[in-house]
Amino acid sequence: MAEKLKFSLVSPERELVARDVDQVVVPGADGDFEVFAKHAPMMSTMLPGIVVVKDGTSEDRIFVRGGFADVTPEGLTVLAEQAILVEDLKGDLLGEQKNAANNDLQAAQTPEENLAAQRAIEVLGRL
Amino acid sequence: MANLNELKLRIRSVKSTQKITKAKQMVAAAKLRKAEEAATMARPYAERMEAVLANLASGVGDLSNAPKLLAGTGSDKVNLLIVATADRGLCGAFNTNIVRKAREAIVRLQGEGKEVKIICIGKKGRDQLKRLYGELIIKTVELSEVKKVGFANAKEIADDVLARFEAGEFDIAHLFFGKFKNVLTQVPTEIQVIPAKAPENAELPDLAGAIYEYEPDEEEILKTLLPRYVAVQMFRALLENAASEQAASMTAMDNATRNAGDMIDDLTLQFNRARQAKITTELIEIIAGAESV
Repeated sequence: MAEKLKFSLVSPERELVARDVDQVVVPGADGDFEVFAKHAPMMSTMLPGIVVVKDGTSEDRIFVRGGFADVTPEGLTVLAEQAILVEDLKGDLLGEQKNAANNDLQAAQTPEENLAAQRAIEVLGRL
Repeated sequence: MANLNELKLRIRSVKSTQKITKAKQMVAAAKLRKAEEAATMARPYAERMEAVLANLASGVGDLSNAPKLLAGTGSDKVNLLIVATADRGLCGAFNTNIVRKAREAIVRLQGEGKEVKIICIGKKGRDQLKRLYGELIIKTVELSEVKKVGFANAKEIADDVLARFEAGEFDIAHLFFGKFKNVLTQVPTEIQVIPAKAPENAELPDLAGAIYEYEPDEEEILKTLLPRYVAVQMFRALLENAASEQAASMTAMDNATRNAGDMIDDLTLQFNRARQAKITTELIEIIAGAESV
């Protein structure tokens, strides 16, 4: 059994996840990357996307709207602007997020904002 | 006798006031629990954010290339004071304490010949500052319509502040709020939000010789992180304020209830004495009447 990664995912309103897992996929600004235990320290901004948390056979998927991922020797911390479990993301909540993403696209002023909004729409469209 | 009736009325009115203060106290106690919970839940994010910022700031050796939000505009002429108070009264000296702290800062800054601008969050603070510094208030935010303060509320305020900073309306921003220490103590606190100050006591992770990598690069991360840091501090201040307000309200109402109780005791004693005196007088009159026959 490989060493476990200490993972925590926090949004401004609460701490969503704080436990030891095998592996986490993070939607980084320069592409998705996977973090295992003993990853080299790094910090990355995130685009809207899905954080996939794998532990043994279980897999949790969490939708995040931008934020940061901070990998330190102690573990991985994801600071998400907004985070919602994918299984909760349906019906009204999904529509709300889609609207928000569309609004972001309208309001986008820089290419980065534009890209982030398009990513959000694309990711939400796939759900 | 009129005096007796008057006393009776007063006792009744104090009793109904006591009922109101008691109810308000219980409401505040219930709300306090929720507000405290919200403040606690928000803590991990704020703490991690601080750690990340401290980490980044320590990596930026040369401040002259850093974003303005971290390095400042190079001037300290125009100061913006963001004064967060409650929208409602009935919470003792809570609002007054925050306003007093802000007023001291205004006097100090103006004494140094600096320009002061004020943004008020909460009605009570505005009401108290309006009298002396009405022309300095550039904006008031009222949150009385908001039931539960969410991050979106804080972000809205922060975005406005940041837009004003970008437009060069001020150089330094201070934030005033009531820090929630415990139910009995709320400390009026001042923090500087712009330019952002990384907490000095934050512990940096031990990298064991490894080099931190930044993706896309340090500057890009700082550029997105700093505005968010401002919003997070605003959010934290709002939550602490909400908890403090309820705690102060609870204490104030507890005192009021107790005072009302004391007053009822006093009045009842007075009432009984007056009644006894009346009975005695009547008896003496009857006896005196009987004797003279």
